[in-house]
Amino acid sequence: MAEKKVTKKDAAQKTAKKDAGIAPNMAKEEKKPRIGVFICHCGTNIAGSMSITDVQEYAKTLGDVAFADNYQYMCSTPGQKKIEDAIKEHNLTGIVVAACSPRLHEPTFRTATKEGGLNPFRFEMANIREQNSWVHMHDSEGATSKAKDAIRIAVAKAALLQDLIPKSVPVEPTAMVVGAGVAGMQAALDLAAAGIKTYLIEQEPSIGGRMSQLDKTFPTLDCSQCILTPKMVDVGRSKNIELMTYSNVDSVEGYIGNFDVTIRKKARGVLTPDEAEARGFVGGGCNGCGDCDAVCPVIKPNNFEVGMKPRKAIYINHPQVVPLIYTIDFESCVKCGLCVTACGDKKAIDLEMQDELIKVKVGTAILATGYDIFPIEKKEEWGYKKYENVISSLEFERLICASGPTGGHLVRPSDGVTPKKIAFLLCAGSRDNTGVGKPYCSRFCCMYSLKHAHQIIEKIPGAQPYLFYMDIRSFGKMYEEFYYRIQDEGAKFIRGRVANILEDPETKNLKVYADDTLLDRPMELEVDLVVLASAVEPAADTNRTRKLFGVSCSMDGWLLEAHPKLNPCGTTTAGVFLAGVCQGPKDIPDTVASAEGAASAASIPIHMGEVELEPYFAMCIEDKCAGCGMCVKLCPYSALDLIEKDGRTVMQVTEAKCKGCGTCGGFCPGGAIWMQHFTTPQIVAQIDAFLVGGEQ
Amino acid sequence: MSDEWKPKILGMVCNWCSYAGADLAGSARTQYPPDIRIVRVMCTGRLDMLFVLKAFADGADGVLVSGCHFGDCHYLEGNYKAAKRMFMVKSLLKNIGLEDKRFRMTFVSASEGVKWAKVVEDVVNVVKSYGPNPIAGFAANK
Ligand code: FES
Repeated sequence: MAEKKVTKKDAAQKTAKKDAGIAPNMAKEEKKPRIGVFICHCGTNIAGSMSITDVQEYAKTLGDVAFADNYQYMCSTPGQKKIEDAIKEHNLTGIVVAACSPRLHEPTFRTATKEGGLNPFRFEMANIREQNSWVHMHDSEGATSKAKDAIRIAVAKAALLQDLIPKSVPVEPTAMVVGAGVAGMQAALDLAAAGIKTYLIEQEPSIGGRMSQLDKTFPTLDCSQCILTPKMVDVGRSKNIELMTYSNVDSVEGYIGNFDVTIRKKARGVLTPDEAEARGFVGGGCNGCGDCDAVCPVIKPNNFEVGMKPRKAIYINHPQVVPLIYTIDFESCVKCGLCVTACGDKKAIDLEMQDELIKVKVGTAILATGYDIFPIEKKEEWGYKKYENVISSLEFERLICASGPTGGHLVRPSDGVTPKKIAFLLCAGSRDNTGVGKPYCSRFCCMYSLKHAHQIIEKIPGAQPYLFYMDIRSFGKMYEEFYYRIQDEGAKFIRGRVANILEDPETKNLKVYADDTLLDRPMELEVDLVVLASAVEPAADTNRTRKLFGVSCSMDGWLLEAHPKLNPCGTTTAGVFLAGVCQGPKDIPDTVASAEGAASAASIPIHMGEVELEPYFAMCIEDKCAGCGMCVKLCPYSALDLIEKDGRTVMQVTEAKCKGCGTCGGFCPGGAIWMQHFTTPQIVAQIDAFLVGGEQ
Repeated sequence: MSDEWKPKILGMVCNWCSYAGADLAGSARTQYPPDIRIVRVMCTGRLDMLFVLKAFADGADGVLVSGCHFGDCHYLEGNYKAAKRMFMVKSLLKNIGLEDKRFRMTFVSASEGVKWAKVVEDVVNVVKSYGPNPIAGFAANK
């Protein structure tokens, strides 16, 4: 049923008709519209491509226009003041600003309209920058005439705009973070520290993400695990964080302040102490002893170790996992029951466990779904997965890491011998316009390759790293200095992309063929090991998850921010934010900064306690409604119902469920749906204004 | 004013994808012909077939409807519903003897600025190849 409308006494809205938000006057207003038109130069952004004077003179000729003006920067304080003053001075009923995109400044000018004493929804924007001056830069005549039309269309709409009152809805004081890599953990920790109960959802059995697979971090050479583990422990301990590992988001409904999220808790076959207690086994549940692991007969590759180490069907990824709870990989488990016996009195293992669906309600959500490594075997010329001694950078991280499969001894996969001559291929699959790789820069491969070079010089006496690069992008704080340091340490840099790699079948050594573009000659180099600094791509499940939350993506699949410069953590779905690499490749400091930004943004609606929803909801014009019920079936949100009223069947809208898409209004054969702010008369007026000059 | 005939093309686009894509073409300064005028709605699902027919009756030489890609609609499935209706518009246009290619529905995402420019250019070229709308003035004379 409809939620009770929270009515807020807002002094500034005193001009608005009392119940305009609930039951607008669907009839035409008696008062003749008096529209004010304001044209922005935007410096030369707009004024450079069209004649502002012509446009303004034209606007003045339009029937409903009572006043027209122009200004250098309408969004500036004096620009907004012009609107406020003109409303009072010229007794305006509606405002049109011809400037940039409403997606940028509609909120700004709505505020100015409100300050001037009008209802903020009596404002319409004509986009004469993004969709005009910037795309018709060399056609002043075309741009000017397009701007005139755009203003005429906007004025036609403005003349029919009505007072609307945004609906305030309470915000559920909880948040959700999807993905528990360093970004998700940081975001959850910040939210928790701000006193907000946060659900942290991770699809893997343990948290830490990619960062927990790394050995050292650049340029400080901190040990990745050492700086990450305290955060992992904090996440596990925080009272405000409800950690759900081995889980993913199944469905999302609702809107900012009121998301109903269903989480699928995958059957892990092992009970936590809490879960055991809930089943009546007090003192039972998994304590991470590993007795089950010891007896399990099934052996599988460990993905955390990039397949270079075995694990059992019941496993933990590595000794420091948070939470320290075993997981059964039911796809490989043969249900022999040896683990159940080994577990004994702890009764932690349940081989019949099923997936569980858990429903939670949250006010805001942060996506921190991270990245995967681009399958670099697609670049066949480098022989990954064909030649044993061609490895990926993530494999290198595990091999050089003390907790890795070789205890930190870098060895050649083919013979276990320590390599001496190692080639690093940078931009492997990045900045690749062949269509096989990725066109973008993966942003952190240059720096970790420098770090890898340093590590082998430090660990392996007499080792020689060769870095094949296109450009070294050492853009961060102390990064360039780190680059110089690695040069001084003796790493060799060859500027050129590797064309081909061939294996010597006897020695399993690799011949690297490249063009040395600085010396302008082809070169050939025999090495013991090749490390590919592979490109990154959005994590496998990103596309499914983003659709659940209604978030768009850019052409390469990275999640789309609300604005690349001014709102990099926001999305076009109110209440959903982005943290870390899911938005685009980032190194660790940028990832953490973005997570903190997202956490701060996600906490604002929660701390405000309520949010205003745009009052674009549908209403039924009962006189016209024949009760056919077509709209009821069309509504994707089940917001419409048929009811009996005065002996007739009519449609009724549940405002709280309506999101304002207008799909019902686009179909209604009787024209009985009043779609606020996008009403049929308004749209028709716009079409008429364009094609037959409106009321002129 | 140059004498060259300038087609009147109405674009009706959704706020979340195609309008944003058109904005992106702007910030990237991707140039395209200025013969289109835009009416923004929240979702293509809002679009009544009558809006398109009205535009042609009013004398539009071409109409472009553009929304999010299937599966990407901000309101889940408004674009599917719109696409169904727009198919009907096409056959209606054919029935009344108007070139149905004067009408087009496309899907342009918020990150496809270049595609937007290309789509507009295509539509303008197609409409120019047909010349003025033969039923223009129908509404005015009726
Ligand atoms: S919001 Fe773009 S088509 Fe529905």
